[in-house]
Amino acid sequence: MNSAGSLWGYLPFLLMGIPVTLEITFLAMAVAIPVSVILAVSRNSRLAMLRWPAGFVIELFRGSSALVQLFWAFYVLPFFGINLPAMIAGVLVLGLNEGSYFSEVVRAGINAVSPGQREAAVTLGFSPLYRFFRITLPQALPIMIPPFGNALVTMLKFTALVSLVTIQDLSFRANLIGTSLGRSGPVFGLIIVIYFILALILARGAKLLEHHVNRQVGRDLARVTGATHSPVPEWALGGGV
Amino acid sequence: MSGFHWDWQFAWSIVPDLLAGLRLTILATLFGSIVSFALGLVWTLVRLARIPRVTPVVEFFVQFVRGTPLLVQLYFLFYIFPEWGVSLSAFATGVLGLGVFYSAYTAEIYRAGIENLPPGQWEAALTLGLPIRRVWLGIVLPQSIRTILPMLGNQVIGMFKESSLLSTITVMELLAQGNNIGSINFRYVEPLTMVGAFYFVISYTAARLIRSSESSHAVYG
Amino acid sequence: MQSMAERVVIEQRTKIKAEPAPALLAMRGISKSYGEHKVVDSVDLDLAPGEKVAVIGPSGSGKTTILRLAIGLVKPDIGTILIDGNYLWHESSPEGLRPAGERHARKVRRTLGIVFQQFNLFPHMTALQNVREPLLHVLRLPRDEADARAIGLLSEVGLKDHLNKRPAQLSGGQQQRVAIARSLALKPKIMLFDEVTSALDPELVGEVLRVVRELAHASDMSMLVVTHEISFAADIADRVLMFDNGRILEEGPPRQVLRNPLNPRTRQFLRAILER
Repeated sequence: MNSAGSLWGYLPFLLMGIPVTLEITFLAMAVAIPVSVILAVSRNSRLAMLRWPAGFVIELFRGSSALVQLFWAFYVLPFFGINLPAMIAGVLVLGLNEGSYFSEVVRAGINAVSPGQREAAVTLGFSPLYRFFRITLPQALPIMIPPFGNALVTMLKFTALVSLVTIQDLSFRANLIGTSLGRSGPVFGLIIVIYFILALILARGAKLLEHHVNRQVGRDLARVTGATHSPVPEWALGGGV
Repeated sequence: MSGFHWDWQFAWSIVPDLLAGLRLTILATLFGSIVSFALGLVWTLVRLARIPRVTPVVEFFVQFVRGTPLLVQLYFLFYIFPEWGVSLSAFATGVLGLGVFYSAYTAEIYRAGIENLPPGQWEAALTLGLPIRRVWLGIVLPQSIRTILPMLGNQVIGMFKESSLLSTITVMELLAQGNNIGSINFRYVEPLTMVGAFYFVISYTAARLIRSSESSHAVYG
Repeated sequence: MQSMAERVVIEQRTKIKAEPAPALLAMRGISKSYGEHKVVDSVDLDLAPGEKVAVIGPSGSGKTTILRLAIGLVKPDIGTILIDGNYLWHESSPEGLRPAGERHARKVRRTLGIVFQQFNLFPHMTALQNVREPLLHVLRLPRDEADARAIGLLSEVGLKDHLNKRPAQLSGGQQQRVAIARSLALKPKIMLFDEVTSALDPELVGEVLRVVRELAHASDMSMLVVTHEISFAADIADRVLMFDNGRILEEGPPRQVLRNPLNPRTRQFLRAILER
């Protein structure tokens, strides 16, 4: 009863972690998106000089957890003379990590655009840059948006890790409050709910983006994503498995 | 650029400690995977059975677990269990946390495996009048397994990497060992780099193995 | 050596009564819509015992949906379906007829067999295992009897040497023949064929048509055959139905519907399809 009262007192401090968490989420995403596009295009390139380094980066960041990478950036880089402020280290690591995973989605999206499009564009004399941004990307976009929504929520979850490298996000503050109160359980219970609400909001935003993009580019592209997706028919559910 | 030298002697000396941590990492991954496979199956069965009142709760729970950070879930369990009178070791708590978190994804994998079945298969089974049990066991399961197994394999690899989060709830797995050595000696380069190398070599090799087994079983031939 | 068709004939003959039997399949006032789109519009369709009926028409005319309605893969919005004296989606109770569910439909469905355009063989089983599946698990025959019957059926469709091959190792025509053998395993009284050659390479069409033709000529099963193969339809059918926009546009013997259609739409369709 005493700690509940004190928790109430700490609430403003705790809630101030929300903008920090969201800021890191969006900044890291802002890094992840160009990273994923560059990596995807490099991996698709005919030049081995682009393909191999891109592949290396991707496998490197996918080879260990974001936490390991965060600690490495935070504790090891100073020994090489690179002293990144915590915020920058956090945003960079999360951005590179998520960017590496998301590059696969971007590749899939780009590859889903039929090769005939590229051929038509080449014969019409468009430059590669123009081809990519005006022909390929608009058609790849609708396919990439749903996984993008997932990536956004994943990023939100990742931000909790930066609390371990002194960034004062939601989890960091919860930890602090828990230590002060001598009782951490309820605080973490509270921020789990907060994270969930944030995740719902982000997912909703991504859904709206999906509708907007679909409308912009032509709705029938949404059909491309449907692989065989047949839910279990009614008759097979009667009477249990 | 400050002069930096990799201390091979130091690196070599910490290997036993790191291996001790790796052992815990592997055990946590193993037990966590088993929990996630079993729980995921439970969620899937509950979803399919559509039990009134129970199924919606389970569906919400799965969504909730997927939408919140694993780190916070681990913290929550770690701190709330003693308050509830549950005395589990940090390791067991970590395994449970990993298992529950990943069970949400396992359930999705099972669902994807089943829903990837071409609708024609269901239609053939229905029009031949095959009994429901036979349809699930003899038609759906054998075909779904081929899709599900590689996905589960990749998930185990993911859990292997994310088991590093257990270091935050006092489990002395691989990352915890690396951090520990680093802070004691105030030399982080060798321990953390070697930790990263361990994770990388093991997860990359495992991922390649899964990919090559996928392609060799790709066709029903 | 008895052919499969002969065996089916003998089975059927023992069941034919003296007076003309009522329609084996009777669909009345059938309508089905998907959203705004009415796919089948108040259709009446009868199939007498032993009658072979061909169904032609453009894509989206509802002809595939009619088959799926007949075998109960799809439930009609309005209308009744009577199969061998039993309603597919209704059962009799002391108060009269009342709507019935899947369990009842399952029993009525036994009388029908269907061959799909996409074969729908079980890819993880061999040809033999595919054909054996209904024998083992629906008829619950002992393993050796099921084997013997399955081998017999596969021999009749000309696949005796391919028993242990998986579908991936068979050509499209061979796969479809396995599918036909599998559907015949339960000795249905009504066989439905849903454009069974449309997904095949042109050179494989013949081997499948040959099997269906033999069935049509030699067995007493009723057959409802949706097809684009006009000369094949003319050869096997007692009656031809022309579908368009969810309705039966024209109906009659092949010599009339296919050679001298009364409806201009039928004429237009046939001209287009025969100009290939």
